[in-house]
Amino acid sequence: MITRLNAPLLDTTAAAGAWAVRASWYAGSLALLFVQTLGGWLTRPLRFRAVLYELWKIGVQSWFIVAISSLFIGMVLAFQSAYQMQKLAAEIYIASLVSLSVVREIGPVITALIVAGRVGSAIAAELGTMKVTEQIDALQTLAADPVHYLVVPRFLAMIVALPFLTLWADAIGILGGLIIGTMKLGILPSLYWKMTTLPLLFKDLFSGLLKAFIFGMIICIVSCFEGFRTQGGAEGVGRGTTVAVVSSFLLIIAADCLITALLYFVWR
Amino acid sequence: MIDIRGLAKSFDGHKVLEGLDLRIETGETMVIIGRSGCGKSVLLKHIIGLVKPDAGAIAVDGEDISQLSGRSLDRLRLRFGMLFQSAALFDSMNVGENVSFALREHTTLAPDAITQRVHDCLQLVGLQDIDQRYPAQLSGGMRKRVGLARALAIGPEMILYDEPTTGIDPIMADLINDLIIALHDQLKVTSIVVTHDMVSAYKVADRIAMLYNGRIVEVGSPDAIRASKNPVVQQFIRGEANGPIQEGLPDRDVFKRWTARADINFRPTIEDR
Repeated sequence: MITRLNAPLLDTTAAAGAWAVRASWYAGSLALLFVQTLGGWLTRPLRFRAVLYELWKIGVQSWFIVAISSLFIGMVLAFQSAYQMQKLAAEIYIASLVSLSVVREIGPVITALIVAGRVGSAIAAELGTMKVTEQIDALQTLAADPVHYLVVPRFLAMIVALPFLTLWADAIGILGGLIIGTMKLGILPSLYWKMTTLPLLFKDLFSGLLKAFIFGMIICIVSCFEGFRTQGGAEGVGRGTTVAVVSSFLLIIAADCLITALLYFVWR
Repeated sequence: MIDIRGLAKSFDGHKVLEGLDLRIETGETMVIIGRSGCGKSVLLKHIIGLVKPDAGAIAVDGEDISQLSGRSLDRLRLRFGMLFQSAALFDSMNVGENVSFALREHTTLAPDAITQRVHDCLQLVGLQDIDQRYPAQLSGGMRKRVGLARALAIGPEMILYDEPTTGIDPIMADLINDLIIALHDQLKVTSIVVTHDMVSAYKVADRIAMLYNGRIVEVGSPDAIRASKNPVVQQFIRGEANGPIQEGLPDRDVFKRWTARADINFRPTIEDR
C-alpha cells in the first residue's frame, strides 16, 4: 500500500537520480578531457603550424560575422534604451549603458555563442566524422595521441582567439551605439565617447576577457568531447554536432552567470 | 610472436569474443576468416591496443599490449602497420602527407628522404604521381592502396590487414596478395590478414584460423583447412547457405514465398495527376 502511494514519488526520484548520474558522468568526462588537454599541451612539443591554422579558422574566419552581429546588437541596445531614456530626458546615459552592457556581458556572450555555433559545430562534425571513419583509430595506430594532435591546437587557438574576437565585438558594439546616439539622437560624438569611457573600469574589461577565455575552453572541450564520442555514421555525426552546440550554449550561459556573481557580488 | 589467451569482449551486453585463443608465430602470415560481423576486426583492434579486452591477454613478444599505455604503448604500436577496412585516410591531408605521417611525427629523416620513401611506398602498391591528391579525389581501391602504403612507410615488423582485397578489382587484389607474400618472404614480416576472400586466403596464408561464435574453431595450413571435417569450416570455405551456420540468414519459408512471388501482387506506381 505504501509502495503504491509513493510510486510517482519514487519514479520522480529515480528519474532525478538517473539524471544526476548522467550529469556527473558528463561533467567528469569533460574534466578528464580538459586535464588530458593540459597534459598534452604541457608535456609534449607544441605544433605551432597547427595552432596557427586553427587560429586562422577560428579567429580570422569569424571576424566578419562577429562584427555584423555586434554592430546590430549595439544599435538595438541604443534604440531600446533611448526609448526609455527619452521619457526621462536622460538620453546621454545611453552611451554608458551601451558600453557597460557590451563590455561586461553582450560582447563576450554573443561572441562565444557565435563561435560555438560556427566553429564548435564544425569541430564536433570534423572529429565525429574522423571517429566514424576510423581516422582517429588510424592516428592511434601511427602512435599519435588524438588529444595532443587534435584537441591541443584547437584549445590553444580558441583561448587566444576568443578574447581578441571579444575585444573586436566590444569595439564594434560600441560603434553601433555611437552611430544611433549621434545620427538618430543627435548626441555630439565627443560627448558620446566621453560618456562611453567614463563608467568603464579595468575590472569591466577584465571580466569580459576572462569570460571569453573560459568560454573558449568550454566550446573547445565540449565540441571535441562530442566529436570523440560520436557513433553510428552520418546520423551520429549530426546528433553529436547538435549536442555540442546545445551543451556549449547552456554551459556558456551558466558560466557567465557564475563568473558575474563571483566578480561583482563575491569578490567585489 | 603474438600470443592471444582467453580474449573476451562484449559491446552493450553482446558478446563478440568469448575466450579466444590464438598464437601467431614471428614471420608467419596468419589469415583469419569468418562471417561479416563475427569479430575479426575487433580482434585486430585488440592486437594493436585500440580496444581493451574484458578478459584475457594479448602478448606481443612477451609484452601484454592490453596492459600498456602512453609512450610504451606508442613504442609497441610503431612496430605494427595497419591497413583499415575503410583505409581510414586522413581527409585533411593529401596522399603524400598521409603516407609520410608517421615518418614526419616519429623520425628525424630529411624531407627529401621522406619524399623518396613516400614515392617508393606508393610505387610498391602500384600508384604514382598522386602525392598531391586528397582522399576524396581517389577511388575506393586507390584509397585502400594508399592506406597500405601508409602502413608500409615505417617499415613495420608486423602488419595487420583488415579486408585488404575487398573493394579492389581482381587484378589489383592479386597484386596486393603478391605484395603480402613478398613482404613475408623477403622481409620476414609477420602478417595477420582478416578476410572472407578465400582466393586471397589460400594464396597468402601460412595458416588459416576460422573465427566463429567468438572463438577460433579451427587453425591449420590452407590444405588442412580445405580438408577440415568441421562442418562450420566446410560451409564457410565453400560459401554455402545450407549448413550449421544459419545466424543472420533469412527464414527459409519467407525466402521461398518471396522468390516464388506467391504473395506479392503489387507494383509501385506513379499516377498521372
